Amino acid sequence: MKQLSVDHLTGIVDLTRQDIELILETAARFKEVINRPIKKVPSLRDITIANVFFENSTRTRLSFELAQKRLSADVVNFSAASSSVKKGETLVDTVNNILAMKVDMVVMRHPNPGAAQFLSQKIKARVVNAGDGTHEHPTQALLDAFSIQEKLGTVEGKKVVIVGDILHSRVALSNIYCLQKLGAEVMVCGPSTLIPKHIDQLGVKVSHNLREALEWCDVANMLRIQLERQDIKFFPSLREYASLFGLDKALLDSLSKEIIIMHPGPINRGVEISSDVADSKQSIILDQVENGVAIRMAVIYLLAAKIER
Amino acid sequence: MEKQVILNATQLELTLKRLSHQLIETHSDFQNSILIGLQPRGIHVTTRLKNILESILGHTIQAGNLDITFHRDDFRRRETPLLPSITNIDFSIENKRIILIDDVLFTGRTIRAGLDALLTFGRPSQVQLLILIDRRFSRDLPIQADYIGKTVDTLSTERVAVEWLEIEGQDQVLLFTKEANEAAQR
Repeated sequence: MKQLSVDHLTGIVDLTRQDIELILETAARFKEVINRPIKKVPSLRDITIANVFFENSTRTRLSFELAQKRLSADVVNFSAASSSVKKGETLVDTVNNILAMKVDMVVMRHPNPGAAQFLSQKIKARVVNAGDGTHEHPTQALLDAFSIQEKLGTVEGKKVVIVGDILHSRVALSNIYCLQKLGAEVMVCGPSTLIPKHIDQLGVKVSHNLREALEWCDVANMLRIQLERQDIKFFPSLREYASLFGLDKALLDSLSKEIIIMHPGPINRGVEISSDVADSKQSIILDQVENGVAIRMAVIYLLAAKIER
Repeated sequence: MEKQVILNATQLELTLKRLSHQLIETHSDFQNSILIGLQPRGIHVTTRLKNILESILGHTIQAGNLDITFHRDDFRRRETPLLPSITNIDFSIENKRIILIDDVLFTGRTIRAGLDALLTFGRPSQVQLLILIDRRFSRDLPIQADYIGKTVDTLSTERVAVEWLEIEGQDQVLLFTKEANEAAQR
């Protein structure tokens, strides 16, 4: 029978196409489970999971916690704001102290790229990356692929444009890897200051014209401008950004075909996407959130299966 | 002899017809009763019974498939994770009479998991168990069937396989001896 080729989920880059398909297939079964009157299964009764968040998060953290609870795992939560990290403890020491309390899996968000990979080499527990700086956010990419597959039947051969702050986005990198492994074509679109140099080496198309990009694609994934990661000015003003790279209803309706609108959240309404687009029928933003729980259940279930008894 | 035919196609057909009549004795017109087949092999018994019941009763009856993977008690006790099949119960089972259906009853662990999985969909008024082949004296748990196609005495090293025309190309029930079973697993 099939199982994952990896022991940790630190990035999509490590997964094979078979791994991704296995996760999506398992998630489809979990999506059925979370729509039952009783949304809980007992598979992970004997597993304890720590959610270790060194960076703010609402959606991802809630989604992981719900996924864990619906699998019947015991859950402990930890956030850097209220921890001994402020007192000078190192990452490995912090996590090893948590593991000393018999924890089997760690879900971690950290501001430094590579933090999850580093941790997975240092500790015995399974590690799930819930976002490491500007590097990867694998579960977001998986749920995005799942949502596209659910809406369009397949990811293979579809054209997906990722619009916005590609430079600071872990969602963009994970999405590029994931969509390409599943056979989709990917384009990135944004002001040249927010597109990394040499990104074409990943095999993606690059555009600086939103209308042109939208006419090309089947799916548009609109990213948030990550002002908190921008230490210098990358564009003159939010207003100018919104006028050139913001998606509003007039632009959406003027396209020659109907495309699907996605957003990983949180939305800055009126900047990268207008309210009427975010709430339109073409938007699957809330489906993405629902699918997030199913995807995280699948990832945790498949990784937990590899924990030795 | 490595394998032995327990039921051939004709006998299997007769058995399914008898089970259908037994069900009608208890559930009359099935207005409040639902067939639920356990994945992966119980669904074929369910489909056959549904067809026979509908042709006798002259109207459609409700049926669904239930996957029990996430309720099994051997997660992490096998080398690889158990992959789920599709569950389709897109109706309410609240206050309904449920007939849980599987092909072979052996240790009873699958049925235990099936009961747990079923109850996540609501609270039925009654649950009965229909089994095509009952391997008696081999239970790990106190579970018995209400309707039985055929009872067989087997060793735990032997294996019973129910084969279907639409899957394996022939309707029959086979008993594989210890040697044949081991050869198949190699």
